[in-house]
This record gives sequence, C-alpha cells and structure tokens, in this order.
Amino acid sequence: MEILLAIITGVLYASGIYMIMRRSMVKLILGIILLGNGVNLLIFVLGRITKGEPPIIDSAEKVLEGVYADPIPQALILTAIVISFGLQAFAIILMKRTFKVLKTDDLDQLNTTDEDS
Amino acid sequence: MTNDIIILPLVVHLFFSIVLMFFWNKVDFQKIFSVVANFIALLVAIWVFIFVYNNGTQVVQSGNWEAPFGIVFVGDMLAATLVLLTAIAGFAVSIFSTISVIRARLRFGYFSVFHFLLLGLNGAFLTGDIFNLYVWFEIIIISSFVLISIGGEKNQLEGAVKYFALNFFASMIFLTALGVLYGLVGTLNMADISLKIAEVQNRNLVEISAVLFLVGFGIKSAIFPLYFWLPASYHTPPSAVSAIFAGLLTKVGVYALIRVFTLIYGGEGFLSILLLTLAIMTIFSGGVGAIIQNNMKKVFMYFIICHIGFMIGGLALFTEVAMAGVIFYLIHDIIIKTNLFLISGLIYRIKGTTNMKKLGGLYANYPKLSLLLAIPLFSLIGIPPLSGYWPKISLILASFNAEEYWFFGALIFGSLITLIVIAKLWSEVFWKDQPKINFPEKFIYFDQLRIGQKFTFIFPIAFLTFVTLYIGFGAEHIQQLSQRIASELINNELYIDAVLKR
Repeated sequence: MEILLAIITGVLYASGIYMIMRRSMVKLILGIILLGNGVNLLIFVLGRITKGEPPIIDSAEKVLEGVYADPIPQALILTAIVISFGLQAFAIILMKRTFKVLKTDDLDQLNTTDEDS
Repeated sequence: MTNDIIILPLVVHLFFSIVLMFFWNKVDFQKIFSVVANFIALLVAIWVFIFVYNNGTQVVQSGNWEAPFGIVFVGDMLAATLVLLTAIAGFAVSIFSTISVIRARLRFGYFSVFHFLLLGLNGAFLTGDIFNLYVWFEIIIISSFVLISIGGEKNQLEGAVKYFALNFFASMIFLTALGVLYGLVGTLNMADISLKIAEVQNRNLVEISAVLFLVGFGIKSAIFPLYFWLPASYHTPPSAVSAIFAGLLTKVGVYALIRVFTLIYGGEGFLSILLLTLAIMTIFSGGVGAIIQNNMKKVFMYFIICHIGFMIGGLALFTEVAMAGVIFYLIHDIIIKTNLFLISGLIYRIKGTTNMKKLGGLYANYPKLSLLLAIPLFSLIGIPPLSGYWPKISLILASFNAEEYWFFGALIFGSLITLIVIAKLWSEVFWKDQPKINFPEKFIYFDQLRIGQKFTFIFPIAFLTFVTLYIGFGAEHIQQLSQRIASELINNELYIDAVLKR
C-alpha cells in the first residue's frame, strides 16, 4: 500500500510541477491543485499507514496500547486542504480577472512589470 | 494567568479587523478607526515587550494542553522585539494609507485585510509550533494577495500573478518539508523537535528536510536564486502596501530561517557553507541589480534583496557576535525599508513619477523635507553614527574571526554599492535641476493637498526616521538587546526548558 501511495505522490508532484512550468494560466491553476494534493498525500504516507486501528481508548483502560493510527497527520491534511481550497478559489478569480484585463492566457506575455518606467 | 498577555497582540488585530468588516462602506470611519486600532496595538506591543524584557520567556499553552501535545505560543525576546517592530511599522503605514491610497481601493476592505496581515505577522513571530507557523504564513500570504491585487490595474494584476504563483509554490515546499520532518520525529512542537532530531538515525533525510525548509523560506525571504518574483511585483501596488511588504514580509521569511536553523538544525555543518554561498550571491546580485535601475522603487527593491544577504550570511556564521549583528540588522532593516517605500510614495505624490530620469530639483523646492529624507537614506548606507553602521561592525568582526574572507568582501561590496547607488539617487532626485517633462494633469499633487492631508504623508516618515535615529544614537541599548537575543538563540536550552517546563 505504501509503495502505491508513494508512486502516486511522486506522479502528483511531477505533474504538478510540470503544469506550473507551462505557459498557460489555466495549466498553472491545474498545477497548483495537483501539487496541493501531492503534498497532502505525502503527509498522509509519512504519518505511517495503519489499517483498522482507531486511536480510541477503551473505557476499561487509561492509555492506548499496541499499534494505532496517528490522528495528527489527518488533522494536518484537513487544515491544509481547507487552506489550499481558499487559495485555489482566489487563484481562479485572479486568473480570470487577469485574462479579462490583459486579453491573453500566455504567461510569457506578462512582462510589462519588468519594463523601465 | 499573567503570562497570557503575549497573545494580546493577536487578539487586538483579530478584534479590530472583524469590527472593521461591519463598517464596509464607511471609508472615513475606517480610516480613523484603523489608525486608533494600530495605536492601541502599538501600546500593547510596548507592554508585551517590557513584560518579556523584565520577566524572560513567556509560554502560553492554548487550551491548557501540555507542551508537546497542544499548540504553544512562545514570547521570547526575539518574538517580542519583532512584534514591537511590526506594531511600529503598522502604525506608520496605517497613517500613510489614509490619504495616499485612493478611495476606490479603500472601499474594498483595505484596512480590514491590513489588520489581518498584521495578525498573521504577529502570529508567525509568537507561535512555537511548526504547523501553526505554516498556518500563520498562509494568513500572511492570503492577506498579501488581496492587498497586492486590490484595485485591479493592469500591471498590478501581472505582479499579483507572479507573486501568487511563487509564494504558493513556496508554501507547498514548506508543507513538504514539514511532512518529512513530522515523519522523522513525530512531533510538531519546535522545542520538542529540537530535542528529538538529534536522535534520528537517518541523517540524510534530516538534511533533505533542512534543504526543503531553506528553499521554502528562501523564496519568501528572496535569497539568491529564488528572488525573481520580488522585483516583478513589489512596485505594482500603492506605496503604502509596498512599504508594509518590504518592511515585514521578506523579514518574516528571515525570521523563520533564523528560528528553524538555530533551534532545529543548529549543528548541521554543510548548511553553513550553503547559506554562506547563497548570502554572498544574494548580496552581489542584489547590489548589481540596484545599480542599473532607473526607477526609485525598483532600486529600493534590489536593496531589499542585497541586504537580506547580510542577515543570511550572519546566520550562516552562527557565532554569538554574528547573531547579534543579524538581530541588530533585522531591527534596523524593518524600520528603514518601510520608510524607504513611504519616501518613494511621498516623492510620487510630489512629482507624479518615481523615475529618476524625470525627477529633480527636490532640494531646491523642499529643503526642509530633503533634510528629513536624507536621514533614512544615509542610515541605509550606514554612515556613522546612524543605524546601519552598528550591525555591520558586528558582522564584519564575526566574518573576520571566522576567516570567511569572501563574506567579508561581500559585506564591504554591498555597503559600497549601497553608497554609490544612494549617491546617484541623491544627485538625480534632489540636486539635479528638474528636467522638462509633461506632468500628468489629472493628478492631485502634494502642493494641492490641505495641511491635514500633508501631515498624513510627513508624520509617518518623520516617526520612522525618529525611530531610526534612536536606533543609531541609542545603539548601546539595541546592541545589548541584540546580544541578549543572540545568546538566547545560540543557547537554545533556555527556550526548550521554558516550553517543556523542565
């Protein structure tokens, strides 16, 4: 299972970075989304995968015994998902607005900020 | 519960930003309210600073969860100092924003987002939990995205796209580093990580996570190969926004580097060579970039990059003298960089342009104002006894003691280039006669403003200049403070003991 998730993480990172480096703005947004999912999956894998062992203490005991799933990575991923949702929504609006003003989807055309003014 | 006062800077800004949202369209009210709110935040920050100065490191466990399990807020001397500097810069910029930022921008919640930005900065300085640091970074960048794109002009949107893409990428790398680190040590509390990272067997993975942190924070603080978003975006928003970005946003990256590389990766040898090389290249490329620019704002942007190198290099040397220099430089740099962009905003209001080729004759027309503007510009160079001079003594001494002559040379090169460029700027903008150009007609010039409106331009600059003069002439106090912070950073047991209550 870890091997499969590790490969998926790698593919998501690679495709995300590849998409960010393309010239189209839409592909930039897609790249951001893919990379965000890759990071979430990476945290999930690095938090060790445990199957069917919820971290709930039995009413008869005081502490957890044996192997149990670590809840912290899931809490981290939840936070990261919410944050990246907000950022992606902002990115889509920003790109749409930029496209309306500049009438181009090509990131190489965005070079007026480097001109001497 | 007296030590809870260290979270007051957060509460103040959160409260006022929410209150400001209820007065969305009442711009005049928002202006007054925001200035008052920032003044209150300044008083709170002074109170927190004095409290921490007298009583040592303060720790707040949120929700009363014991240290390695819950999120902690740690007010050590470095955090308290930076909170105070944030409050000073925020107060000055909020006054400057009232008239210099046009009404159309202020109507879209400018002040509310501005307070959120300051909230994020204070949170990043005070937190003792590395995932919480990530969350504060996100609050900072979301607020800064709004501030950079508010108004929606053509070049502003272009700058915003570049700024957004690179900063989002940096956050993702930071999160990757965090995931790797969590996988290694199984804790998120920075003090706890510091103890547990020494026991990790797989040193290669530790080094990889260190380099990932370096790249993530390096993009945010604009060090050598990663700074290209900064000259492409910082000059596009209004000067008040540029000022708060220049003063604080890159410095929060430097703060994160200082915190992570003193507390967590303190003894990694290969990092110091890497950081030192990057610092030298940063000073060089920033300095060379500043020489060829003709726009005042762009010159100042390359100075940001150049002077980041001073701090990163000092961090790489990792001796007590060098760290004292770094902290002193950080204190000096936050105030001076904020002031420089306010100055460029004032000159834009006087002449309608910031292009040095079209400017001139400022000294003939405004002699008293020129004298005021000369102080921060000379402080930037570091002419003794002004504020830029003192930290350079510590940095040069430390680099000489460590026999790092390349960095020693880079420091002198950086200072010399700053001198040359400021001399060029002074002669072009202040001494040269005004060249004949077509002034834009639909523009409210500085002379047409009422006296109260002029005051909102001059007062923040004078206030920050006064702080700079204090740093220069009261260097003894600042040096003592810097040495205290440096010894706290080098001997990080104090921080760890305070957090884990050992």
